[in-house]
Amino acid sequence: MSTFSRLIICIVFLSGIDMNCQSEMVEIKGGTYIPLYGRDSMQVTINDFQMDVYPVTNEEFLAFVIKNPRWKKSRVKKIFADENYLHQWKTDTTFGDTQSLKAPITDISWFAANDYCECQGKRLPTIDEWEYAAMSNEKLPDARYLKAYNEYILSWYEKPKTFNNEIGSTFKNYWGVYDLHGLVWEWTYDFNSVLISGESRKDVDNDSNLFCGTAAIGATDLMNYAAFMRYAIRGSVKANYAIKNLGFRCVKDK
Amino acid sequence: MKKIIVILLIALVPFSSCNKEKSKKEQTINYQCPMQCEGDKTYQELGSCPVCKMDLKPITYDHSHKMESTEISETSIFNLTSKWKTEENETIELRDLKGKTLVMVMIYTSCKAACPRLVADMRNIEKKIPDNVKNQVHYIMISIDPETDTPERLKSFAIENQMNGEQWTFLQGDMNSVREFANVLAVKYKQISPMDFSHSNIISVFNPQGELLHQQEGLGVDNNQTITKIIESTK
Repeated sequence: MSTFSRLIICIVFLSGIDMNCQSEMVEIKGGTYIPLYGRDSMQVTINDFQMDVYPVTNEEFLAFVIKNPRWKKSRVKKIFADENYLHQWKTDTTFGDTQSLKAPITDISWFAANDYCECQGKRLPTIDEWEYAAMSNEKLPDARYLKAYNEYILSWYEKPKTFNNEIGSTFKNYWGVYDLHGLVWEWTYDFNSVLISGESRKDVDNDSNLFCGTAAIGATDLMNYAAFMRYAIRGSVKANYAIKNLGFRCVKDK
Repeated sequence: MKKIIVILLIALVPFSSCNKEKSKKEQTINYQCPMQCEGDKTYQELGSCPVCKMDLKPITYDHSHKMESTEISETSIFNLTSKWKTEENETIELRDLKGKTLVMVMIYTSCKAACPRLVADMRNIEKKIPDNVKNQVHYIMISIDPETDTPERLKSFAIENQMNGEQWTFLQGDMNSVREFANVLAVKYKQISPMDFSHSNIISVFNPQGELLHQQEGLGVDNNQTITKIIESTK
């Protein structure tokens, strides 16, 4: 066998490994829908895009940290992540005892999530894209009017510690995406575009942001309530926050 | 055969890892004796101190040294590495603004409602700064609408608003750098129509090392505290 063919085999083999590192994605067919908080015209149009099938896992994030030491727990700059960053990790490269390799990564800031996606040649989904993909159930692209769908989401919001569960442990939705509901909350690219009550920063620095929720109790349907919870969380976090039930996944333009 | 290899190599490129890491920083980790037996002497590699035999410690992690060194602190906005264009069409990084107190605000030039008032607030602050510190303060206006606000447009906006003096700088970023910077300032904004954005009205003051000192929130608010902070930071 010539050196050339050996080299080729080697390259093909290596590229195969590299490709495995890229997590699996599925296509989300674009369309038009009305989100809870939209633009002036109410209707929002989403272009076709690809979305990670699963949230980014502890294992995947560890590989990223090893390649990009600026995201090590001991090295990360405070401006990019607060003191809770990778809170449960024992060291820069070892997980806590209760953390599974295949559980979604949490305790990461928006900056870390954003950089992770950029480094994969991807990006974080916009709020509108995330909500669009997440309004489907197993069978329908838009299941928001179904009582069972909403009850499922709301009952998850009440369940503690689902962030320890492994990816793929919830349902596969219409698009083939897992775990949009039922595992962790997810960062979005433009989470800081939520201006729920105009200048609402004053009351969001502590747990009082939970009181935002009480405003929604008056809302008539459950669909709005579940979405309102998500928007309220987005409106109350800052980009350097690392929270134990907040993870992320990436998307890519088609 | 060679062609195939070339093609394969090209195919590999997208899978290579992201190398945004500042390799310069990586290489300049220096080690020093924790007892400083040899004064400020540093070593390139781990080892032990020839005098007291203690293990050398990396000095880049020692933040007590940051005051003397030119290194920027963890909370400094100079950690952001994005590139910006000024109204003079020069490309800069935020760290190029180091050395002066920075008063920053996010606006967009086609804005009809809040921005003119935010701009007025900035001018009022500038007016109240005493002459002896005036040249130590730099006012930065960052556009949240980088698609519309080109350097040319920012320049004409600066002239229109009599803000074309040296102390004023207008910056155009891209979608990503603007979103990232807004996140650092905890400024919220959203495009609500092709022409308009809604956004927080926040003026932020940074010391010459790029650390956030103060934020003034709201329109037309009392700016005395902001002025005091600016003057303090120049001392």
